[in-house]
Amino acid sequence: MPKRPLWIAMMLAVGIIPAQAETIRVTIDKLVFSPATVGAKVGDTIEWVNKDMFAHTATVKGGWEVMIPPKKSGSLTLKAAGPVDYFCRFHPNMKGRLVVAP
Amino acid sequence: MLIRYTAALAALLLLGTAPFAQAADKPTDPQIAHIAYTAGVLDVEAAKQAIKKSKNKEVVDFAKDMIRDHEAVNVQALDLVKKLKVTPENNATSKALTKAAEEERAKLAKLKGAAFDKAYVDNEVAYHKQVDGALETLLIPSAQNAELKSLLETGLKIFQGHEQHAEHVAGMLK
Ligand SMILES: [Cu+2]
Repeated sequence: MPKRPLWIAMMLAVGIIPAQAETIRVTIDKLVFSPATVGAKVGDTIEWVNKDMFAHTATVKGGWEVMIPPKKSGSLTLKAAGPVDYFCRFHPNMKGRLVVAP
Repeated sequence: MLIRYTAALAALLLLGTAPFAQAADKPTDPQIAHIAYTAGVLDVEAAKQAIKKSKNKEVVDFAKDMIRDHEAVNVQALDLVKKLKVTPENNATSKALTKAAEEERAKLAKLKGAAFDKAYVDNEVAYHKQVDGALETLLIPSAQNAELKSLLETGLKIFQGHEQHAEHVAGMLK
């Protein structure tokens, strides 16, 4: 592992540089989001990977919507903290939840 | 309470006007494949009629969703029967389903505007409910081949999703 310059280490220590944003994958297979509940933080990206031959969405009532075409993926970078429930607009029996830390 | 009511309604649909009630014995895999495929084709035809007749964006979008999903399921169904070397077999249930759908289509053909939209969407709710019931109580338990059973289970989730989607659209039409 390369040695980090001291100033970066110091900025990390005092929280000036935010923790590395991550990409978190949610798989859709046979109309199921898995994992159904995902923990993340603001700045992370959720990537929904659709293994079905059906188009799905990740939709928040009165909020955002991500289209997830068949055999493709869709993603969203989280901008707000808090728990959020989402569902598929085409198949409202498909449900998922994101728990977003600040 | 609501769940009990819905279940009772589904049972009524199944026992009453439902073509599935006419199936005497447990269907065989070739018959199940035919029934499932037919159920999809009939919903696609209903959707095509709606796209032609409706001016309501929600209704037209919903109909397009039905065509897209049911065609995708049926592509998988055709691939599977080919792989399993099963020839789908026409049967009393498929015929009764087809006849009921033709009657419904003729009824809808006479309606216009909001009256058509409401009748189409209400029938979509009832139709999906009916097929859900048949999948759950008859087709899935009767299926012998594991892959066919698995495809039917995915089909059930699709149909249940469509039922809820149709209920949502019905709510918006009010
Ligand atoms: Cu979906």
